[in-house]
Amino acid sequence: MPATTTPHGWSQDVLREAKKRKITTVCTIPDGGLTQLLKLVETDGDMRLVTLTSEQEGIGVSTGCWLAGGRAMIAMQSSGVGNCINALGLPAAFRAPCLMLVTMRGQWGEFNPWQVPMGQATRPALEAVGVKCFPVDKAEEVSETFIAAADLAFNSRVSAAVLISQRIIGAKGFGQE
Amino acid sequence: MTAKSNKIERRPFMAALLQHRGDALIVPGLGSPTWDCFAAGDAAETLYSWGGMGLAATTALGVAIAQPSRRVVCVTGDGEITMGIGSLAVIADQAPKNLGILVLDNESFGETGRQRGLSSNRLDIAATAKGMGITHTMTVTEQGKVGELADFLFKTPGPVLAVAKIALTQDPWCLPEKDGAAIAHRFRMALGLEKA
Repeated sequence: MPATTTPHGWSQDVLREAKKRKITTVCTIPDGGLTQLLKLVETDGDMRLVTLTSEQEGIGVSTGCWLAGGRAMIAMQSSGVGNCINALGLPAAFRAPCLMLVTMRGQWGEFNPWQVPMGQATRPALEAVGVKCFPVDKAEEVSETFIAAADLAFNSRVSAAVLISQRIIGAKGFGQE
Repeated sequence: MTAKSNKIERRPFMAALLQHRGDALIVPGLGSPTWDCFAAGDAAETLYSWGGMGLAATTALGVAIAQPSRRVVCVTGDGEITMGIGSLAVIADQAPKNLGILVLDNESFGETGRQRGLSSNRLDIAATAKGMGITHTMTVTEQGKVGELADFLFKTPGPVLAVAKIALTQDPWCLPEKDGAAIAHRFRMALGLEKA
């Protein structure tokens, strides 16, 4: 099955609004739903894509980046949120912003039971460590939701996560749907 | 090599090393690396840490990305770099020319009761860094090599990683500011990013 495409151009919206806000580094462990955004970042000469081995490294990179005058964000799948929980204490302690874009699994029509526990725990786990969550389930609302989360994060210096519903991405069925 | 054969005394060693820091930004990891850097002389350009184990190297990478014209040196321990071992592959891939990493390797979890660390047995941190793609590495086993190490960490085009085999010593507490917001504000002020 081909990598999931992102209809309605929300990836272009996110890149445009990120660049407007001088976010020039995107750290990632990829997800199918992020394919288009990551391709846009990789081919944009003004953007830097940082491929990680584990999502928590992105929390270190983005915190260090902001402390030294830059701006970064982390793009990951909801299962990666579980790898970030302790690390999220770092930006909280420094009172540094942390912006995450999370594509959800384990919710809307999930095919793979292994994705369900972390998918269902993503929002409560983030909120337990003080991250403000911005769920969005319509492609045309991703742009305004990303703007709200990014501005809250960088202007109020807190951690914020945009949670992009599986309803937007589409559930993958491994050819067995 | 076992920790018993490690001879370098971390406090005088770090004090001598940081004499060479110039305008470098220092990113020490939590615990002893932070205490060592503070004991060597307080500086606004040192980003002290009290937590987030495993994240010193990637935090330093973020600093190095945002400040490409400044040298950035991460000072971490064997336990912390092992926890964030994948960071070395990320750093090699990003290849920041301005980043050096120093691993103070006492082969122990010194802060928590001196439990044995993995580098006391089979784990070779410098060889791992090479395998991850950080081609320039150095291992220091003698106090007298500080000058050579300083050139390597502060001047050799990065990314570079050095391992210093340090003794398991009991050093007096030497604790910097612990309010992260205050540390961050002072660091950012030194970079001209915040007003007083």
